[in-house]
Amino acid sequence: MPEKLCIQNGHIVDPSQKLDGTGDIHIEDGKIVSVDITSAKSRAKAKLTSGGAHVFEAAGMYVVPGFIDMHVHLREPGFEHKETIETGTKAAVKGGFTSVCCMPNTSPVNDSDVVTGFILNRAAGTAVCRVFPIGSITKGQKGEELAEIGCMHDAGCVGFSDDGKTVMNSLIMRRALEYAKAFGTTMISHAEDVVLAEDGVMNEGAAAAYFGLRGSPAAAEEVIVARDIILAQMTGGKVHIAHVSTKGSVELIRRAKKDGVNITAETCPHYFTLTDMAVAGYNTAARVNPPLRSDEDVAAMKAGLADGTIDAIATDHAPHHRDDKLVEFDKALCGISGLETALALSLQLVRDGVLTMSQLIAALSCAPARILGLPVGTLAAGAPADVTVFDPKHIWTVDSQQLISKGRNTPFHGMTVQGLPVLTIVSGNIAYAL
Amino acid sequence: MRLKHLISMRDLTRVDIHQMLDTASSFKDVLKRDIKKVPALRGKTVVNLFYEPSTRTRTSFEIAEKRLSTDVVNFAVSSSSVTKGESLFDTIKNIEAYGVDFVVVRHSSTGVPNFIAEHMDVSVINAGDGINEHPTQALLDALTIREHKGSFEGLEVAIVGDIIHSRVARSNMIGLLTLGAKVRFVGPPTLLPPQAPPEINMYYSLEEGLKGVDVIIMLRIQMERMNKSFFPTTADYFSHWGLTNERLARAEKNAIVMHPGPMNRGIEIASDVADGPQNVILQQVTNGLAVRMSVLYHLSGGEHHA
Repeated sequence: MPEKLCIQNGHIVDPSQKLDGTGDIHIEDGKIVSVDITSAKSRAKAKLTSGGAHVFEAAGMYVVPGFIDMHVHLREPGFEHKETIETGTKAAVKGGFTSVCCMPNTSPVNDSDVVTGFILNRAAGTAVCRVFPIGSITKGQKGEELAEIGCMHDAGCVGFSDDGKTVMNSLIMRRALEYAKAFGTTMISHAEDVVLAEDGVMNEGAAAAYFGLRGSPAAAEEVIVARDIILAQMTGGKVHIAHVSTKGSVELIRRAKKDGVNITAETCPHYFTLTDMAVAGYNTAARVNPPLRSDEDVAAMKAGLADGTIDAIATDHAPHHRDDKLVEFDKALCGISGLETALALSLQLVRDGVLTMSQLIAALSCAPARILGLPVGTLAAGAPADVTVFDPKHIWTVDSQQLISKGRNTPFHGMTVQGLPVLTIVSGNIAYAL
Repeated sequence: MRLKHLISMRDLTRVDIHQMLDTASSFKDVLKRDIKKVPALRGKTVVNLFYEPSTRTRTSFEIAEKRLSTDVVNFAVSSSSVTKGESLFDTIKNIEAYGVDFVVVRHSSTGVPNFIAEHMDVSVINAGDGINEHPTQALLDALTIREHKGSFEGLEVAIVGDIIHSRVARSNMIGLLTLGAKVRFVGPPTLLPPQAPPEINMYYSLEEGLKGVDVIIMLRIQMERMNKSFFPTTADYFSHWGLTNERLARAEKNAIVMHPGPMNRGIEIASDVADGPQNVILQQVTNGLAVRMSVLYHLSGGEHHA
């Protein structure tokens, strides 16, 4: 591995420093030394004096802070047939991600510092990017008693969630938000009133009526979003809404932010790319929770990202074995393998004029870093050298069988997309090169 | 008509449906003969794959298959490897390996007929999938209506009861709209679809909903709906949505009363209506046989030549 690296002539965008211009990035000993966006002439001079660096030519490419996916499922421990920390992080770096936050619904559940320690240990040995564990809010994700939030925080958990399940007991959620204030940590809310969602297998609406499938209403999400806004306001705790999918949720969060509530939110590429019509043919690859929604909701995700109501783009990478998807639609497990398609799908927002490039890069890097307090997501001098270089023009067709992830469950199979990472650097080391 | 499968009523055009019904009418004549069997599908094999308990639909299919001289195999789910945990995929791949021609399938999950058609080289007939569709029921209902009313154009049809969970209602709605009838849904708001197609009128009041209708299709009310608070009690349901003679008097004088069975007397329909002069319920059963023969015949490549 080169100790010194120079990525030259790329289009550098770093929202954390409001940088946007052509230039060079100098990396040494795993840290960013400098970002130089002065004239080509003066940069050439600077390179002469530095000397000895491995040079990567990035003309025509974007050079940005390494992406952070604040919502992935690495499935280890317990479900290594679906994904491991090794395969999941390999998929991450192929997708341009240099950090991933892994959800606690493993087996055993990450509800103690022992499991957190195991994950970090495995990551130290096998991961090719940074792994930040998310601990569960309640023991066994059962929603009944608080898990050891303090000890898990000390062991390295960067946030807490019962992801896949909602803490349905409002008193427990209140206590979690209050207790977490002692550690300055964030409660991540999987917002779904499971009683109201009943046995819905897709979004309730005209498409469900057409396909003859049971629907889960947008209200099932919005009821919990509203509750958690009220609890955050009451407790002063920090709440982050995971995988926002409905227009109503965006409106609630927008108003809460105006009211000064300590709330942040993420959405996923599938919620701003696909509608509930994607389940046509009872395609289990399009079964996901929350379900794909209507055109109106897709438009609301874009508007929410554009005006900052939604802070971050996360993938909710949920790899499954083919046996889990090659079944009746209502028996199929929910989830999309999303790490390797996220950038191309997100870049469509820039091409469509929904977001500026700087806004998009912020949603993929400095926003999640800010929400969870991670020491990454910036190209500032002295920061860890996590850098992603991508070709915005590269056109390719998604082939589920070509995914690095063990989970080949993608509804984007066969779709032609644009934009591909070509170089992913973690701590100054090349973790992935096309 | 070049059809490989009958999975949805959307698979059929208006012309297709009338052809299916014409052929079914011809088969009704066969069913009146002393020797009721024809050799039309001799050498073909049908597997009846019923994942849900069914007496009448399964019996109706089996008799129809035998009248056409097919070899019939009943795949009894409770005694099969399914109870040992075999996946649907493996089950159908095993059946495919036997080299069968038709699979008639009923399953509690929507989309299973599509799944079989996608993974298995066979003609699939949907005998009911989840809350989605039951196309042969819609065809037999259409035949029954045509026999009484002659045509569908402008006909007012009320479908009454548990609409949202009813594959009978969905297939009938699609088929009747294709045929040019007007369809209305009547029932408690909890059992009406929140997003019905715009051409459907919805009524909470049975008295209002029956005004001027030519055809009434009653649906079975399942007890489990009560336990999930779709309505408070069967008594509360019957007192508002049970079809009585007084309410039936609101419909056109010669309106017919249909029910796919099995009936809950005193819950969705009063006995004096169920047994009354306007009911055509047993005619539906006979027509079911003829329609299923017609479907098998058309899917095997037969053309109607009346």
